[in-house]
Amino acid sequence: MFFFIIVKSYEYTNLRSTDEFCDFLARNLKTGILTMIAQHGEQAAISIALTGSGGAGVMTAGGLLLDAVGKHGCYGLQTRSVGPQIRGGESAALLRLSGDPVETHSACFDILLALDWNNYTRFSAEIPLNASSIVITDPAVDAAPETIAAAGCTMVELPLKEMADDISGGRVNMIALGVAAGAIGLPLETVSGLIAGKLASKGEAAVRSSVACVEAGFESGRAIADVPKLAPSSHSEASVRWLMTGNEAAALGAVRGGIRFAAAYPITPATEILEWLAPALTKVGGTLVQAEDELASINMIIGASFGGVPSITATSGPGFALMTEAIGLATAAEVPVVVVDVMRGGPSTGIPTKSEQSDLNIAVYGLHGDAPHIVVAPVSLADCLFTTQWAAHLAEAMQAPAIVLSDQFFGQARMIVDRPANVAFIAERKIAERCDNDYARYAVTADGVSPMAVPGTPCGQYTADGLEHSVSGTPSSSAEDHLKQLAKRRTKIESHDYGVHWAEIEGEGDLVILTWGSTAAPVREAARRARAQGANVKTVAVRLLAPLEVETLHAEISGARGVLVIEQTESAQFYRYLRSQCDLPANTRAVHQPGPLMIKPEDVLHEIMTELGR
Amino acid sequence: MNAPALPKASDYKSELKPVWCPGCGDYHVLLSLTKAFAALKLRPEEIAVVSGIGCSSRIPAYTNCYGFHGVHGRALPLGTGLKVARPELTVLVTGGDGDGFSIGGNHFLHACRRNIDITYVVMDNRVYGMTKGQPSPTTEPDWDSALSPGGTGVRPFHPLVIALASGANFVARTFSGDIKGTTDTIVQAINHPGFSFVEILSPCVTFRPDQRGWKSVVHPAPVEPTDDAARAARRIMTDDGFNVGVLYRGSREPYMVERAKETGEPAQFDGMFEI
Repeated sequence: MFFFIIVKSYEYTNLRSTDEFCDFLARNLKTGILTMIAQHGEQAAISIALTGSGGAGVMTAGGLLLDAVGKHGCYGLQTRSVGPQIRGGESAALLRLSGDPVETHSACFDILLALDWNNYTRFSAEIPLNASSIVITDPAVDAAPETIAAAGCTMVELPLKEMADDISGGRVNMIALGVAAGAIGLPLETVSGLIAGKLASKGEAAVRSSVACVEAGFESGRAIADVPKLAPSSHSEASVRWLMTGNEAAALGAVRGGIRFAAAYPITPATEILEWLAPALTKVGGTLVQAEDELASINMIIGASFGGVPSITATSGPGFALMTEAIGLATAAEVPVVVVDVMRGGPSTGIPTKSEQSDLNIAVYGLHGDAPHIVVAPVSLADCLFTTQWAAHLAEAMQAPAIVLSDQFFGQARMIVDRPANVAFIAERKIAERCDNDYARYAVTADGVSPMAVPGTPCGQYTADGLEHSVSGTPSSSAEDHLKQLAKRRTKIESHDYGVHWAEIEGEGDLVILTWGSTAAPVREAARRARAQGANVKTVAVRLLAPLEVETLHAEISGARGVLVIEQTESAQFYRYLRSQCDLPANTRAVHQPGPLMIKPEDVLHEIMTELGR
Repeated sequence: MNAPALPKASDYKSELKPVWCPGCGDYHVLLSLTKAFAALKLRPEEIAVVSGIGCSSRIPAYTNCYGFHGVHGRALPLGTGLKVARPELTVLVTGGDGDGFSIGGNHFLHACRRNIDITYVVMDNRVYGMTKGQPSPTTEPDWDSALSPGGTGVRPFHPLVIALASGANFVARTFSGDIKGTTDTIVQAINHPGFSFVEILSPCVTFRPDQRGWKSVVHPAPVEPTDDAARAARRIMTDDGFNVGVLYRGSREPYMVERAKETGEPAQFDGMFEI
């Protein structure tokens, strides 16, 4: 909730956001400096969960709520939690909304709006509540579980179903949308205007009844006392915001990066990348083929890229495991390909709909033989665009496979972000435009990259081979050729200038947090909040996982009093990977937990404060 | 002005010496393949020969074409990706019975049903030669080996029927020793639209010396090729396995991906995301 300050303090004027402000207050409250009066008002970020059984339409309502927040000029994100049913079944739409960009969920939900309580326990771990949470429920439908009351939440009872029944064609999820919008202070016309646009194709009657539901819900929602209100947007009129998922961002990055062929085998949670690419590629002169399995999809893209067309596939852990043999082929035959692994809980089938970072090991170590390749990871949802585009550029520049480690959170969360920059990276392969009879496909060059003849080029004929080969591509088992070609393939990866993109770094300080992937989001938020409390914290979100920029990393941690390595794995894969190559200070501490629960900013903030002895 | 010299089979051969045993049927397949390329007057740089792993899969590097010697069993997807990306190339996928029907079996089914315009040449010697003599999916059930003493007891796979049932558009069987017949069949297979499957009985003189006798048992198919898959299947399932010739010519439309007519810029997608 929000607090109104009576006491003089000038420190808070330096605070960046109301979240930081709250942290500042909490710290000073403990020391007794401040006296405060709790009052309902604006809050930096509001977390809302909508839950209901299958067909109740909570995902639709949640989606519209996020859309409306976007129209209102604010920011937010939406994730989903669903039951095991293919279609229908209980589901939860989880939103966090703010006037400033937000990119992760927080440790507590302010509002739980339950259309019913069927199988609520399936989600309860993902919807933490506390005594300041407000739970809106319809007693005529279902009684709230006792655990809710035990948490001390404020219960608000509304006749949601009856309100829907009173409207011709009324649906309870639209009532809920109105309640949520009214409760957090969204303008009614923003929501009803949005519905008129979104539901136009369903006919006038559908629009009319939905708008009526929203209006009815809105009044009830507005009447609920002590609900935090959405803070006004900090975003200037001129800036453009996008609403996208990380999977869409990755697919767009691929197309921007010059990818013109994709092979696809569906797998949760990567399928949306492929489904986005299918129509998009045909609009830019490219093609997509649905493969019979992941063994086929990886080999298809190697074949297409051998033909000179930059190529991609996307998968998740089980599919990635199947692809590793052929990724080794791409390494040995020096064929550029991009493979996106949208990680989910593993091993094996694991938890397909939940995020985890546990494919790091297979991505960096999973190829047989000495097989240097590129592994990159987006550092934010929006960065799925840049990182995938960069991966296409790197793969093509070095004629090697580039693996993009995204994850389910990035892939499937919907997020309002500032429009990602349009960067210039585009696939550029060193091509042998004209060949003579001495052409040697695998000629050893200073940077390890040799001009590649694409089929159709006279005199350029060679056989690409997974067998070790001489400079001309002739199969060879000689020690000399093996040594030369191993060194060539290593050199081109190691000597490439990756520029400043190896990591995203924020802040300065005695405490350095090393992290990657979607864990970077709560780490960044926690660090900003810690800085607002006067703590000096530096965060390093590593984008280039392989080859690791060891020297640059050392420079970033040199002189640090403490180093935290934070990741979403059970076995501390990232920490162990860093330890295998870097001289981390002796007091480096690994903070790691597996999925499906995400690491929260509050968890990280606690670690920071512990580390700093506060 | 003189007309350009007609291409010769040797124009399509590389200088690399094959790893094959003396007497291996695959030498004849290489000769037939290069003769077919010459007969078709294809330019070597516009042909790609793609393979997996095994004795016969070494063939790409023995041609003077673009080649890809990939991993075991995945030659068909490799060739499929190449053909879709570069439809103007002539793509041949080559390999053996273990590579194509065992580890690569799934791709065989789907390549047939996808009916992409490539030619798949399988040199069938009913044995894994490169690993020194283990039974393959086409090996007779009572063939004795160290890995399956007394035989596998497992019914052999019937690639031609499987190809028909899966939708291949051209199905033929040849004998490697019949160079003229094999050359002619490969020419027809390349010319035929869609997925063309040519099974070449190619003896392994080292691990299956009994196959030296094939040359006396093979005989031309006593019937004209049909475009009726059911009739072709019945003939193939009831013949003695040594009928050679073109057995089926279908008229299915080859696979066409949604080939882009538009060549727009990626910036067109930005509007999908703007609020």
